[in-house]
Amino acid sequence: MNVTLKVWRQEGPETPGKFVRYAAQNLSPNMSFLEMLDTVNETITKSGEEPIAFDHDCREGICGMCSCIINGEPHGPEKKVATCQTYLRSFKDGETITIEPFRAKAFPLIKDLIVNRSAFDRIIQAGGFVSTSAGSAPDGNAIPVPKQHTDAAMDAAACIGCGACVAACKNASAMLFVSAKVSHLNLLPQGQTEKERRVLGMVEQMDQEGFGACTVTGSCEAVCPKGISLNFIAKMNRDYFGALLRGSPKATVESV
Amino acid sequence: MNLLSGLFNSSLGKKFLMALTGVALVMFVVVHMVGNLQFFLGREVLNHYAHVLKSNPEILWPSRIGLLSCVIIHITMAIWLTIENRTKRLTGYAVQDAGAASLASRTMIYSGTIIGAFIVYHLLHYTVLLQSINLTGRDFSVFRDVHGQPDVYRMMIIGFSNSAVSGFYLLGVGLLCFHLSHGIWAMLQTLGLVNETYRTTIERASVIGAGLLFIGYASIPVTILTGLVK
Repeated sequence: MNVTLKVWRQEGPETPGKFVRYAAQNLSPNMSFLEMLDTVNETITKSGEEPIAFDHDCREGICGMCSCIINGEPHGPEKKVATCQTYLRSFKDGETITIEPFRAKAFPLIKDLIVNRSAFDRIIQAGGFVSTSAGSAPDGNAIPVPKQHTDAAMDAAACIGCGACVAACKNASAMLFVSAKVSHLNLLPQGQTEKERRVLGMVEQMDQEGFGACTVTGSCEAVCPKGISLNFIAKMNRDYFGALLRGSPKATVESV
Repeated sequence: MNLLSGLFNSSLGKKFLMALTGVALVMFVVVHMVGNLQFFLGREVLNHYAHVLKSNPEILWPSRIGLLSCVIIHITMAIWLTIENRTKRLTGYAVQDAGAASLASRTMIYSGTIIGAFIVYHLLHYTVLLQSINLTGRDFSVFRDVHGQPDVYRMMIIGFSNSAVSGFYLLGVGLLCFHLSHGIWAMLQTLGLVNETYRTTIERASVIGAGLLFIGYASIPVTILTGLVK
């Protein structure tokens, strides 16, 4: 099959960018979206030009590196998959596909389709961890955890931190990401000691990084490659206001 | 962390204030509709209800001040959050896909603005009784029933018999209910009252509740305009 790509090209953060059209020909419908970009890049490289820069790593949907807005949707048209697991069979032969980088003030553009998502790492550093020594693997059921809590914690922990939620949100809000990271620890016994400091610290960092507020539109949940639910945002709100009302200390390194 | 600074300085805190005032305003909207529907029980019942409301200034004024405070906080937070949110994406997308976001959820600030204008008109119309804006040329403040009490029933019939006034009223309550179709469930979500078990129910109840409110509010001007009650 053949498609025409309309790709955002931008040399660096400060240089102006523009859309450039590329004809991608003789493609297999079973190629992944990234394989298609590889093929196009080969042709571009052979012609002596700079290939399209795009983020990728594991190419099996678990690392969260691949990104891109494909025809207006983060990770393309298919539900609950990342760009790496989007295949050309999801597109029509002869279609023009528009590829843009994730757009958010908190995700500054590095080059072409690559944005800097370090803001997410700094949010994790503000509380997305357990300070106690985990030790060796405990005996099964040594620490009782309700089944629904382990299930919910696993669902939250499925977040790969790709940033599609931010890219889809009209306010570039990171609430879905932060709520998943807060919840997966706050739901488990090991996370209880630092529960309030965690939620206060991570929300504060989220605001500082320049992400917007939540309008509950649900667009984040719809594009999430891991199907993270808005229910985690409600849970994070509960944890946050509980911590606020009880006057828990701020999460700072000094107070640890 | 200080509670007040947490409420005003964090994005979640501002949302929390919006949601809390939203709860108070939704409760008012429901009570106000139930009060209005006594129109269908006739002049005697409605005028008595209005008299009971207005004859207790010790209750009336604190309620009015409380409601006004809620409106002010709700609007302030809405404007503040909207301005902040608009700065979070400096370069827009060439291809936009609204995706799962409903029209109501994407237009809350616009529906809210028109509702705000409607509330001002509505208060001048039926509370301040400003004659120049009721478009009927009548002075509502002189209407009295057989007991010498303000004749609210007659005021409603004459007030809504003007189709432009009724049209703006229907637009106002229509947008209010459109706002609430997203607002009710969004405020419960912000307050953390949504979970997996109740989410679908809450989302549906939000839309159905907003629909019922619209039917309740719209029934009065529609009945009057179509001449079913004279």
